Amino acid sequence: MSTVAESVPPKGGFSFDLCRRNEMLVQKGLKQPSFLKTGTTIVGLIFQDGVILGADTRATEGPIVADKNCEKIHYMAPNIYCCGAGTAADTEAVTDMVSSQLKLHRYHTGRESRVVTALTLLKSHLFSYQGYVSAALVLGGVDVTGPHLHTIYPHGSTDTLPFATMGSGSLAAMAVFESKYREGLTRDEGVKLVAEAICSGIFNDLGSGSNVDICVITKGKKEYLRNYMLPNPRTYVSEKGYSFAKKTEVLLTKITPLKELVEVVEGGDAMEE
Amino acid sequence: MTKQQANWSPYDNNGGTCVAIAGADYCVIAADTRMSTGYNILTRDYSKIIQLADKSVMASSGFQADVRALQKVLAARHLIYQHQHNKQMSCPAMAQLLSNTLYYKRFFPYYAFNVLGGLDNEGKGCVFTYDAVGSYERVGYSSQGSGATLITPFLDNQLKSPSPLLLPAKDAVTPLSESEAIDLVKTCFASATERDIYTGDKLEMVILNASGIRREYMELRKD
Repeated sequence: MSTVAESVPPKGGFSFDLCRRNEMLVQKGLKQPSFLKTGTTIVGLIFQDGVILGADTRATEGPIVADKNCEKIHYMAPNIYCCGAGTAADTEAVTDMVSSQLKLHRYHTGRESRVVTALTLLKSHLFSYQGYVSAALVLGGVDVTGPHLHTIYPHGSTDTLPFATMGSGSLAAMAVFESKYREGLTRDEGVKLVAEAICSGIFNDLGSGSNVDICVITKGKKEYLRNYMLPNPRTYVSEKGYSFAKKTEVLLTKITPLKELVEVVEGGDAMEE
Repeated sequence: MTKQQANWSPYDNNGGTCVAIAGADYCVIAADTRMSTGYNILTRDYSKIIQLADKSVMASSGFQADVRALQKVLAARHLIYQHQHNKQMSCPAMAQLLSNTLYYKRFFPYYAFNVLGGLDNEGKGCVFTYDAVGSYERVGYSSQGSGATLITPFLDNQLKSPSPLLLPAKDAVTPLSESEAIDLVKTCFASATERDIYTGDKLEMVILNASGIRREYMELRKD
């Protein structure tokens, strides 16, 4: 019976009822609130003895720069980090969530986390939300099986690559990698190449900007180089500075003591009936 | 199947910001030189400022193809004016011509946001600000384009102008000296570049005063 099939509650998973409702409301002219998007350049590559991740630091909301120096390389485990592009809240939430799952898994097993574990947790979460969790990630780390680098798309598909780019600046950054990447780079060569790829995104993609963050992960060691480069200082500061005259009076702080204006008779007769 | 329909737009937005400030005996007209579309930079060195007559200069943001078409029409009309009157058009006359030219295309507008600056017949600085279909007003200062929402409140705070409804009419010109006005414009653009992704690369300023016209440049952030 079809009526029976309809009344059976769904066996877990995400309910898409509200997605249909929202699409209907948008068609009827509802303005959805805007999200903070990290229109971003994020990259990663595998070098001689590990993985290097890189990111720019601009967060945008439409044409406006919302944050000039945000962090896009997220901690997953002591030996694994993850760069995030897409909706800032989604990349933050999804990496935090998987990070704590990995920690519980480490307590349970007593072993170092593996990159594939993080990869599987991330992709299964993103897949179950059918792309509505808009997080595009570059996941990198070094575990017992060696260095690993993966990209994860919002719908849950993944790639395993020697070098990877994501975000709105991915084409600009990939142009650099495709022309200069080779196997067996040294640490310094790798860092230089990653910085160049991020700079390419910063200068040629309007969604990316400000500074370069880099994270170098090797066997048993990591270096988080926050603001490794600062290629965009302010170009002009007026010598005299500016003053902003206070032209309105703040009424809340003006207290008029009424006791001085009126005569108060203390302990007078009680009011009659 | 849903009905297919044409999805092509004749318009684009190439971003950019324009500012003009009028003083007692000078006028500063400024704009950045970035031209972009979407998340791409088309060029970092495109001048948005054009001199229409000896004492009128126009800065335009919006859709640069329309801006170029508009500039061409104005140049042609000004050439005819010179042949007929044997003199340069004054800045207030150019302001009216610009308004008429924009309104002529009321139902298929030029996607151009203009500020016209210059010196009037008495040698006083003047600024005219427009919408895309020709509504205009003489003001003491103005900002147009993608960074206007960031710059206008700052200029309002620093150069609060008298109401245009006052009787007798007050002068709209700002009380700043020429060098103070240039300093203010530089600050405006350095700040707008920090927060507006469509503003940047280079600032171009055109300064008109009794001794003539000159151009100045300043570098802006390139990200």
